[in-house]
Amino acid sequence: METKLVKTLREAIELAGLESGMSVSFHHHLRNGDYTLNMVMDQIAEMGIRNLTLNASSLFDTHLPLEKHIRNHVVSKINTNYMSAGLGRLISEGLMEEPVDFRTHGGRPRDIALGITPIDVAFIAAPASDCAGNCSGKFGPSACGSLGYAFPDAMYAKKVIVITDHLVEYPLSGWSIPEIYVDYVVEVDAIGNPAGIVSGTTKITRDPVGLIMAETAVKVIAHSGLLKDGFSFQTGAGGASLAAARFLMDVMLRDNIKGSFASGGITGYLVDMLNAGCFRSLMDVQCFDLKAVESIRTNPNHHEISAMHYASPAAASAVVDKLDVVILGATEVDTQFNVNVHTDSSGYIMGGSGGHSDTAAGAKLAMIIAPLFRARLPIVTDRVSCISTPGKDIDVLVTQRGVAVNPKNQELLLRLKDAGLPVTEMETLKHTAEKITGTPKKAVANGRAVANVIWRDGTQIDTIRSIG
Amino acid sequence: MSKIIKPAVCGTLESSDAFVTLEPGGEGLDIQIESVVMKQFGDEILAVTKDVLREFGVDNARVSVVDRGALECVLRARLECAVLRAKGEC
Amino acid sequence: MRRSMLFLPGNTPNIIQNGGILGADAVILDLEDAVAPTEKDSARILVRSVIRAMGFDRCEVIVRINSIDTPFWQKDLDAIIPVRPHLIMPPKTACVQDVLTVDAYITHLEEKLGMEHGSVGLIPLIETALGVENAFQIASACPRVKAIFLGGEDLTADLHCKRTKEGEEISYARCRLVCAARAAGVEVYDTPFTDVNDDEGIYTDAAKAKSLGFTGKSAISPRHVKAINEVFSPSLKDIEYAYEVMEAIRIGKEQGKGAVSLRGKMIDAPIVARAMQTIEAAEELGLGREDI
Repeated sequence: METKLVKTLREAIELAGLESGMSVSFHHHLRNGDYTLNMVMDQIAEMGIRNLTLNASSLFDTHLPLEKHIRNHVVSKINTNYMSAGLGRLISEGLMEEPVDFRTHGGRPRDIALGITPIDVAFIAAPASDCAGNCSGKFGPSACGSLGYAFPDAMYAKKVIVITDHLVEYPLSGWSIPEIYVDYVVEVDAIGNPAGIVSGTTKITRDPVGLIMAETAVKVIAHSGLLKDGFSFQTGAGGASLAAARFLMDVMLRDNIKGSFASGGITGYLVDMLNAGCFRSLMDVQCFDLKAVESIRTNPNHHEISAMHYASPAAASAVVDKLDVVILGATEVDTQFNVNVHTDSSGYIMGGSGGHSDTAAGAKLAMIIAPLFRARLPIVTDRVSCISTPGKDIDVLVTQRGVAVNPKNQELLLRLKDAGLPVTEMETLKHTAEKITGTPKKAVANGRAVANVIWRDGTQIDTIRSIG
Repeated sequence: MSKIIKPAVCGTLESSDAFVTLEPGGEGLDIQIESVVMKQFGDEILAVTKDVLREFGVDNARVSVVDRGALECVLRARLECAVLRAKGEC
Repeated sequence: MRRSMLFLPGNTPNIIQNGGILGADAVILDLEDAVAPTEKDSARILVRSVIRAMGFDRCEVIVRINSIDTPFWQKDLDAIIPVRPHLIMPPKTACVQDVLTVDAYITHLEEKLGMEHGSVGLIPLIETALGVENAFQIASACPRVKAIFLGGEDLTADLHCKRTKEGEEISYARCRLVCAARAAGVEVYDTPFTDVNDDEGIYTDAAKAKSLGFTGKSAISPRHVKAINEVFSPSLKDIEYAYEVMEAIRIGKEQGKGAVSLRGKMIDAPIVARAMQTIEAAEELGLGREDI
């Protein structure tokens, strides 16, 4: 039996047979601390390989060196679920000839599994691995916790290369991705900068407006009829969402409600809720802070789940379909409840759906928390600059000056009215905001298509156009 | 109405604020505007700036507004205070 | 009804423009301690502009001006009186003359602006030993005084003692101010609780103020507003009992009884007075009988 352990990255890429025109993939658990994507792309560029399709579950500004690889035609196409503002701006200004395809955290594994976006070589940044490629994110100096988004890459790519900075003796105890999928293992000095991978602690907001919204959000949940034994919940890592989780914990403990699970990206706040008995399980596709990493390593009720298990519409079933309540953010919401998380109000790309559309589609109650205006820009608009999640999947918008319920959910509307919550119309929120800020001139991006927004079932729901 | 006699600034670069700089001199008004909401409110910011300067009788000055998403009432307050300071009336 | 009063630093647009939705019954826009001497001008112009343009939703608007021993207070009033705040808070009020000085200048401005006399009230801030000893005279100095306000931080400095969380050192001042205010027929508000990270301590401190007779309490952090509102709202149990008292009185009158008892206890005049205060407060807060 030959060893899978290869001395250099270059050798692994050669052995994997990567050629111009192929597709490479990356996962984003190392977030803004990731070294591997740049390391691999630099190596590929040096080898003279061109016209690759880059399939990355998310891209951060640490990946800005991609600009030169795009200009030099090393990368000619990008598939991703999220792109932060620095890179997003370049794309919006027309850096690439081919539009970027934005998918969701559930749509990506679906399209990989269905062969719509086949992967030739997957690169898996592994905080710990043995020589055969049994690997995990739970151990090592670059520990990131869950490796959930890397599973479809490992399972479906033609060749899989594990890159690790923490090579341990075979077999790695407590692996996440088993050796059966892995072709080559490369040891490097460092796969990432721990400071950028997970936060020491994620903190709830001190912003009073955020706290007011969080309180209202919890009242909405408490009166939704869903907050009872067996309750399931997901929230993002935004300040107001975390505050809502903390307030929700108080209510669940006070009323002795035993929930079922919390899912998605996991923070210390959800770990606290697990440990306090608010939930029986955490279903973790990504860890956001050290407390979450520690918990997934030590608590058997804190489960690592794959991206398919989390959200894929092609899976026989997925966690998002069992969700009662999800709390989500927005840069814009329109009067039809469509939500934009891809672009800022000027039309520049600064995000992406991630699990937004998947959880909104699955949850019984999909809630958006957003301030009525940020600086001078109102959140509610007649038509969002980009539809990330369709309004049919959104139930309620919570702002600091009122709550708007989607008319499709009459039951929720009545419940919240009965509870005396400040229920109002989306139009009224829009007018309230514009009375304070003035009416903004709509920024129209009318250039050529720079990105396609592909919903979780594979249909394209919007196009993002270039600016400038 | 008194003239502006010295350079003056008012405001901050914090979010929701504006930083206004005013200098005497020049022929007419030389207004520079930089804003995080330029696309959405650039025209209004310019109009409000001219309006406040007219109200206080400032005809010749170099004016710079660095806007961090200030509401109109905030912008007006910063402009007014900068003008009063430049006139030595504060 | 004012239960909570939230201090907002006068020169910070992003804080004051959201001040109306933080749950406080009143906001205190601060031109004094929260504003550097070099920014007094910009703060008063900003506060005036924000009050005029957008207001503070359903909150009462109070402006803390600079004290009369500074060169700022008249300019503060020049800027602020035209936009008709509910109350002006003059700090470091120590005697009747301090109140009358501010009163006279506001009257002068009201006349100049063609405003109704007395349209803007006063809530003197008492924060010196002399002020505490003169509390009744201050509270009854002129009809413009609607309430008095205890400032614990400056007071303890003046008393040569340390400000503590328990507040034993200001208990005399608290009692003295409550008594003075009630004797003068005006409201009385308690000093803020200053540890913004102590979410339990604020409940204890607010409950102490309420038990002494304060109308309400101020806050320097929005995080304390909810606790203050909770403590200073009549409880549903209190409201229920108040309605029972009034019902028993009504039946007693119908039956021509001289003395009425409820739950085995004689209902005397103070009990009726308290019941009426509770019902009045409950109605103002929209806590009707249906909430019981």
